[in-house]
Amino acid sequence: MSRALPVLTVVAAILALWYAAAVWMNATWTRDQAERAGVELSVSDILTDTMAQERPVLPAPHQVVTELWNTTARKKVTSKRSLVFHGWITLSATLLGFAIGTGAGILLAIGIVHNRAMDMSVMPWAIASQTIPILAIAPMIIVVLNSLGIQGLVPKAIISAYLSFFPVVVGMVKGLRSPDAMQLDLMRTYNASGRESFWKLRLPSSMPYLFTSLKIGIAASLVGAIVGELPTGAIRGLGARMLTGSYYGQTIQIWSALFAAAILAACLVGIVGVLQRVTLKRMGMDQ
Amino acid sequence: MIWVVAALIFWAAMFWLNIRLSKSAQSHTRAVRLLVPAIFGITILVVWEGVVRGLNVPGVILPPPSAIAARISTSLPVLWADFVQTFVKGALSGYVIGCGAAVLVAVAIDRSPFLQKGLLPVGNFIAALPIIGTAPILVMWFGFDWQSKAAVVVVMVFFPVLVNTVQGLAAASAMQRDLMHTYSASYWQTLFKLRLPAAMPFIFNGLKIATTLALIGAIVAEFFGSPIKGMGFRISTEVGRLGLDMVWAEITVAALAGSAFYGLVAAMEKGVTFWHPSQRRS
Amino acid sequence: MTQTPVIQAQNLDLTFQTNDGPIHALKGVDLEIGKGEFVSFIGPSGCGKTTFLRVIAALEHPTGGTITVNGMTPDEARQKRAYGYVFQAAGLYPWRTIAGNIKLPLEIMGFSRAEQEERVKNVLQLVDLEGFGGKFPWQLSGGMQQRASIARALAFDADILLMDEPFGALDEIVRDHLNEQLLALWARTEKTIGFVTHSIPEAVYLSTKIVVMSPRPGRITDVIDSPLPRERPLDIRDTPEFLEVAHRVREGLRAGHAYD
Ligand SMILES: Nc1ncnc2c1ncn2[C@@H]1O[C@H](COP(=O)(O)OP(=O)(O)O)[C@@H](O)[C@H]1O
Ligand SMILES: [Mg+2]
Repeated sequence: MSRALPVLTVVAAILALWYAAAVWMNATWTRDQAERAGVELSVSDILTDTMAQERPVLPAPHQVVTELWNTTARKKVTSKRSLVFHGWITLSATLLGFAIGTGAGILLAIGIVHNRAMDMSVMPWAIASQTIPILAIAPMIIVVLNSLGIQGLVPKAIISAYLSFFPVVVGMVKGLRSPDAMQLDLMRTYNASGRESFWKLRLPSSMPYLFTSLKIGIAASLVGAIVGELPTGAIRGLGARMLTGSYYGQTIQIWSALFAAAILAACLVGIVGVLQRVTLKRMGMDQ
Repeated sequence: MIWVVAALIFWAAMFWLNIRLSKSAQSHTRAVRLLVPAIFGITILVVWEGVVRGLNVPGVILPPPSAIAARISTSLPVLWADFVQTFVKGALSGYVIGCGAAVLVAVAIDRSPFLQKGLLPVGNFIAALPIIGTAPILVMWFGFDWQSKAAVVVVMVFFPVLVNTVQGLAAASAMQRDLMHTYSASYWQTLFKLRLPAAMPFIFNGLKIATTLALIGAIVAEFFGSPIKGMGFRISTEVGRLGLDMVWAEITVAALAGSAFYGLVAAMEKGVTFWHPSQRRS
Repeated sequence: MTQTPVIQAQNLDLTFQTNDGPIHALKGVDLEIGKGEFVSFIGPSGCGKTTFLRVIAALEHPTGGTITVNGMTPDEARQKRAYGYVFQAAGLYPWRTIAGNIKLPLEIMGFSRAEQEERVKNVLQLVDLEGFGGKFPWQLSGGMQQRASIARALAFDADILLMDEPFGALDEIVRDHLNEQLLALWARTEKTIGFVTHSIPEAVYLSTKIVVMSPRPGRITDVIDSPLPRERPLDIRDTPEFLEVAHRVREGLRAGHAYD
C-alpha cells in the first residue's frame, strides 16, 4: 500500500509532462493556422486549440482516452473501426503463437536436459539466438507464407511462436537444471528412476524459471504479432492500425492503437503473473 | 533427388559423430565444446542446401545458403551502407544515449526513495510493453533518417537499463553501507566507491538486454519509413520484390552484428565485474 | 588505573519501533571503558550487544540517556575518525585487492598516495598478511579475509577498535590463532578494544573487562574486571584463575536467564 502514493505521483507527473508537451508541440500548428487566418490568439485560445486538434503532433491524454473509449465501448465489436475487433485479431495470433512456442520450447528443453548430444549441439545456438534481432525475419515469413497461399492468422502466429520459443527454452533448461547436487543425490539414494526424478524433482523445481520465461515470452509474442501485421499492408490488427495511422497522419489513431497494445500486454503479463502466484503457492514455493 | 539423399546421409553421419563426441572422454574439452555446435550448424546448412536443390524449391521461397553467400559477396557495398545507416547511426547512437540517460536518471532519483518507489514499478511496467509501437510516432516526429531510429532505440533501451541500475544501486549490503558510515564517507564517496561498483553486474545485465533491443528497434523502425538505405528498409523492399537472397544476406549481417555487439558488451562486463561470482566460475 | 574514560555511557536506553511493537534493545546501560582496555560483551543473542556497539559507533542513536566517546558525542567522534569497526563478515569489496580494500578508508579520509602505500604495508605486517596485498578477497581463506578486514580497521589509526563477533564464522582452530594474534596486536598498538562474542573462553582469554548482558530488555547484569595479567599465552586457559573468571561469567549469564 505504501507504494500506491509514489506510483500515483509518478503517473501524475508523467501526465502533467505529457499535457505540457502536447501544448508545446501542437502550438506551432495552431499559430500557423491563426497567422494564415490573420487572427490574434490569446493564451487560452492556444491552450484549448492544442488540446483539441484533429491531427495533433502529440495528442493530449484525454484525446487518446476518448478515442479508446469511442473505438471500444461505443462500436460494435465486429466493426472494422472497433479496437476490440483489431485487438482480437492480434490477440488470437499472439495466443496461438505463444502456445506453439511454449510447447515446443518446453519439449526441446526436456530433450536438452536429458540428452548430452542435443545439449551440446543446440544449447549454444539457442543462447546465441537471443542476441540476434530475429524480429527482422518477420516480413519474410509473412511474404513467403503468403506466396504459398497461407494467410491471416498462421503466419503471424509463427512469428509469435518463434519469438517466445527461445526464452522458454533457455529459462526451462535453467529451471530443469536448478536442483542442486545434494537434491539429485537424495533422489539417487531413493533409487529413483530418471523419469521419477524428472516428475518429482526437476519439473517442480523448474516452475519459477518457467513462469519468468513465460512472462518474457508472452510479451515477445505480442510484439511478434504486431510486427507481423506491418509488411503486407494488413488492414486488420493493432499493428495495421498503427501502420494505416502513420500513412494518413492519424496520430490519435496510432496512439490509441499503441495504448490498446500496451493494455493488452499488461493484461497478458498480469495473467501469467497471477497463474505464477497461484501455481507456486499451491506448490509451496511462493515467497 | 540425389541432393536430398546426400543431404540426409550427411545429416545421419554428423548426427552419429555428434553423439559419439558428446559421449567421448574429451566431451568436456574446449575444442569439443566448440566443435559440436559448429558441426550442428554446418549440418543445418548442408541439409538446407541439399533439400532446396534436390526438391527444386524456388528461390523466392527459400534460397539455398550458397546463393545467399554469393549475394553477400557481390553486395558488400550495399550491405555495408545499410549496416552503417542502421547499426552505427541508428542503433549505436540510440544505445549510447538511451543507456547513458538511464544510468544518469537512476543516479538522479537515487537520493529520493519516494521517486524510486514510484518509478520502479512504472519502469518495470513500461519495460514489458510493446514499446516498438512508438516507432510510427517517432518517425513522424524525427523524420525518416537515422535520428528517428535512434529515438526509437532510446525509448526501447531506457527502461530496462533504468530498472536494472536502480536495483543495482540498492545492491550494496547494509553492512557495507555501515562501514562507509563509520568512515564518515560523503554521499558521493559512497556512490563512487561502493554503490556503483556493486551495481555493475546489474547495470551490465541491463546493457546486455539493451543490445538486442537496440538492433530490433532500429530495424523495425525502418519499416515505418526510412531513406533508401538501411537494413530494415532493404529487408522490407526486397521482400516486396521477392529478392529473398538479399533479405537473407541482411539477416545474416544483422545476426552477426547482434552477436558481435552482445559479445562486446559481455567482454566489457567480464573486464569490469571480474570479481562477481558469476564471472569467476567460468 | 584512574584514567579518564574513553567511552562513558549513562542510563542508556534504546527502543526500536517495529511493526510488532517496540523492542527494548537497551535499558539503563551504565558503563565506563578506560583507555587501552580490552572489553568483551557477552550474552545470549538478542541481548543488545550489537546494538550497544553500534551506538558507540553512531550507527544507531539512543532514545534515552547519554553516551560520550573521547568526551564527544559518538557522531562527532566518528567525524574525527575515532574508531575502526570490524563486522562479523569480513565485508571486503570483491572488486578491490586486499591492498585496495585497506586503502578504501584512507582514500575517503584523504591520505596522500605515498602515505596510503606506507600504511597498507604496515598494517599488512601487523596482521601477518605480507605479500597478499595484490590478491583479491575471494582468493583468500575466511580467516585471512577477516584479518584483512581488521587491517582495514587499523589502517587509519583510530584509537578505538570495535569488533562485532569478528571470529564468529571461523572454526575453532583458526579462531585460537587469531585470538593470540589479536592480543599481540593490542599489546603493540595500545588501542581500546570493544569486542562482542558468544564464547566464554574467548571473552575471558582476551579481555581486561567482561561485560555480561541479558535480553528483554537488553541490559548489563555484571561487569567483571579480569585479574589475569596482560601477557597471556594460550595455555593460561588451563589455570585456576582463568577457570574462576569463566565460572563467574557463566554464573552471570545464568542469573540473567533466571531473571527472564
Ligand atoms: N534495526 C533494528 N530494528 C528493529 N529491531 C532491532 C534492530 N536491530 C536490533 N533489533 C532488535 O534489538 C534486539 C537486540 O539486538 P542485537 O543488538 O542485534 O542483539 P545481539 O547482537 O546481542 O544478538 C533484538 O531483539 C533485535 O531483534
Ligand atoms: Mg549481534
